[in-house]
Amino acid sequence: MSENEYDAIVVGGGHNGLVNGAYLAKAGLRTLILERRHLVGGAAITEELYPGFHFTTFSYALSLLRPDIVQELDLVEHGFLPIEMPSSFAPAENGDYLILGADEDENMQEIRRHSKHDADAYERYEHDMSRVVQLVRPLIDKAPPNLWGKTPEDAAALADLASHLKSVEPKVLHDLVRLLTGSAADFLDDYFESDLLKGYIASSGIIGTKVGPMSQGSGLVLLYHSMGEHDGEYGVWGFHKGGNGGFTQVVARAAQAYGAEIRLESPVDTMVTKDGRAVGVALADGTELSADIVVSALDPRRTFLELVDRRELPGDFVEDITRFRYQGTSAKVNFALDGLPVFPGLSDRIDQYGGFVNIGPTMEYLERAYDDAKYGWYSSRPYIDGAIQSVIDPDMAPPGKHVMSCFIQYAPYQLKNSDWDTERDKFADTVQATLESFFPGFGDLVLHREIVTPLDIERTVGLSEGNIFAGEFLAPQMYFFRPAPGWSDYRTPIDGYYQCGSGTHPGGCVIGAPGKLASQRILRDKAEAAKS
Amino acid sequence: MVKTTPFHDRLEPLNRTGLWAHWSGYLSAVKYGMSAKHEYFAVRNGVGVFDTSPLFKYWIRGRDAERFLSGVLTRDIRKCRPGHAQYSVWCDDRGYVLEDGVFFRHSESEYFLTSARPNLGYLSDLAVGYEVQIEDVSDDYGVLAVQGPRSRAVLSALAPEVSDLGYFDHTAAKIGKTAVRISRTGYTGDLGFEVFVPADEAGAVFDAIMDVGRGHSIRPFGEEALLMARIEAGLILIDVEFGSSRLAYTDQERFTPKELGLGWMLRGIDTDDRPFVGRDAIRRELATKSSRWAMTGLVLDWQDYDRLHAEAGLITPKDPVPLPWESMLYDVESGDQIGYATTLMYSPVLQRHIGLARLRPSYAKSGTDVHVEITIDHEYKRAHAETARVPLFNPERKTSNPDRKTANSDRKTT
Repeated sequence: MSENEYDAIVVGGGHNGLVNGAYLAKAGLRTLILERRHLVGGAAITEELYPGFHFTTFSYALSLLRPDIVQELDLVEHGFLPIEMPSSFAPAENGDYLILGADEDENMQEIRRHSKHDADAYERYEHDMSRVVQLVRPLIDKAPPNLWGKTPEDAAALADLASHLKSVEPKVLHDLVRLLTGSAADFLDDYFESDLLKGYIASSGIIGTKVGPMSQGSGLVLLYHSMGEHDGEYGVWGFHKGGNGGFTQVVARAAQAYGAEIRLESPVDTMVTKDGRAVGVALADGTELSADIVVSALDPRRTFLELVDRRELPGDFVEDITRFRYQGTSAKVNFALDGLPVFPGLSDRIDQYGGFVNIGPTMEYLERAYDDAKYGWYSSRPYIDGAIQSVIDPDMAPPGKHVMSCFIQYAPYQLKNSDWDTERDKFADTVQATLESFFPGFGDLVLHREIVTPLDIERTVGLSEGNIFAGEFLAPQMYFFRPAPGWSDYRTPIDGYYQCGSGTHPGGCVIGAPGKLASQRILRDKAEAAKS
Repeated sequence: MVKTTPFHDRLEPLNRTGLWAHWSGYLSAVKYGMSAKHEYFAVRNGVGVFDTSPLFKYWIRGRDAERFLSGVLTRDIRKCRPGHAQYSVWCDDRGYVLEDGVFFRHSESEYFLTSARPNLGYLSDLAVGYEVQIEDVSDDYGVLAVQGPRSRAVLSALAPEVSDLGYFDHTAAKIGKTAVRISRTGYTGDLGFEVFVPADEAGAVFDAIMDVGRGHSIRPFGEEALLMARIEAGLILIDVEFGSSRLAYTDQERFTPKELGLGWMLRGIDTDDRPFVGRDAIRRELATKSSRWAMTGLVLDWQDYDRLHAEAGLITPKDPVPLPWESMLYDVESGDQIGYATTLMYSPVLQRHIGLARLRPSYAKSGTDVHVEITIDHEYKRAHAETARVPLFNPERKTSNPDRKTANSDRKTT
């Protein structure tokens, strides 16, 4: 083959593109991964934006990554090192706080401080959630069956799904449906009375999605964020050594070790077809690269409406893709800090900062933050998911200094009567003022501030409307329907063109499943084609 | 009355758990926070300190010190130059291991020994006729292990001598006003040092190390985290992998150095002229290949382990705290018992269940498929596992120096 001929070309070097490329290369395909930017990782990157301070600009924690990918791609060999968060810290507005950590008994006593009723309720909640997660995980790790498929393979997959759903106790299936269709608030109200505890848990029900905890749909988001694990402990989160950019560098090294080639600063202009099937890509600089397999790791809008001439696609499909919803609602403000923030209720302790710092003290606080977004504005008192990785990973900042990643909601992509370029500093000031109210003196610690609006996410990473999941997490856009009915099997209406980004099943977060499952589809199709 | 170490008044307030083990009659922290895993991560990712003061400590001094020790120790101590240290075992006349320890050679005629069990009586009895003085100074020093990738950065800020200290080398240094001895040794299989401090000045040295360490996320770690690290590092432990031959009831409880995976310590003993206790038996064992066991690492098959738990409706446990009991190993085909794992754990850095195994030598080749017995829902099940070379985790930083990527290969030691 000549230097511009490949078996497979993956468009987009985000984590799913890298995972997909690694699996294809491992299977022996001559694989090229194309990345538009100067570094791979997509939204999972670490950058030294201020001397000595390493920022996780976008994605900042790890839990959903499928453990089988770690094994199958031999990631440990390439430096995979997830570090468990020691604790999560949720300050209350009255100066009190909730700290939950690795020890169940300690957690139980901490919860009793807030509500004696909730001490045992928490055990039941965790158990019930684990049962639902046990039910869901096999579905996450497999492509959804094609409801409309006509092959014996499709029928068998559907029968497997039915028997899996029937294999669990009715209560577990009912809990699943309550989560998939209901609100986080309704689900949590059944267990708890403590506002602080509910605020803390419900925060996981709004991440990346334009819903409040009282909106239907937030249950699904809550479930999704409880589905991961750290070393077998469900719902537990960790940091990757060196941030999530450290993780994507690991996957890139694994992909290269299997023989994949990575080209940076190589934006793709179009996916090239011939006689209705994929034959390669054309780069923005005019270079043509050929391959019988082209895989897009971009979101559905860019995969189908930008890389492809829509006249090559069925009309119904174009309609489905056009109305696939994004409406990003998250932003980030990351800080280089001269020292750790001081929480007045715990001024003599620092161990609470090893994990998430959750500024979402009640469900009402979260819902009111959402209210602003409903009408096209960012929250005046935003939800903040802080994370100071440098507390447990000294490589992130100079000795004694810290980097604080702050994930912010709500920051709707569409602002009413203004735009993000105008509002970015005022928005960041709002975030900083909120932090100041919980951590007096916070502003004095700030050495550098990085503002990432939804518009920045779209411009820099390429995620449409800044949606961090490459498409909203709501039931009509999940499972059979992600990204469009009939196209949840990683194929596309164009032969040889595949999709492997977070806009496909199971969805977003640093999870790797779309990349892996797409590679299985591709390799099966290739084997079939070789037979016939 | 249980004793406390020279660092105890500093460590006691840091131990949020209230849990203390008894180690050689001293209080020793099991863990300082509720999760030993975070202490383990300090060692693998930042820096941790472990109070290893309960070790027994001896000065062995005198004109005949080298000649005396070279007749006692299995490994050739004559190769240990001043400023270097050697890990060694010593055996009985049948070639079974009595004990192990680390010998720090301070000068031509001075050695400092640390060992897990008391040894003054045994060594003194053998020293008759040699010009050598053996002194038990166990209570005179505190020993603080400073371990992890950031350990060099922390200690070299206090004692610049540390910055180019080679693997298993040691040096005199000052921390604040205190004269200390710092060695590039430890029991974690990572970059690390041990600081020997006069007992009455231990607190000040501890404070200085923690002050500098704060910016490097330093934290104390307890016995649980140490055990996790030592298994990954393939380091044997008395009363787990072996016990003193002198105190054994049966030969089943006795092990030769070769059987403990210490064959590297025996290089050259078939030809050199050094007489030492157990030499003839060891030579015979090597010549006739009569070792009963081999030590290997064990890596469980993750898919099989997952499958067995999933079939039982359980979430696969991945507990890093080592099992305190043996797990039997079987031939995959015949089902015959072929050995046992002395301990098993889930390794967070390797992302696998691992163990240390004692197997019949014919199974010891790396990559041999064996069955390990595990308990799932109160039933014995057998999961596939592979033998693997120890150490299972062996980062380059353990032996490397900043200016010299890898240490001399003749420094092979544990």
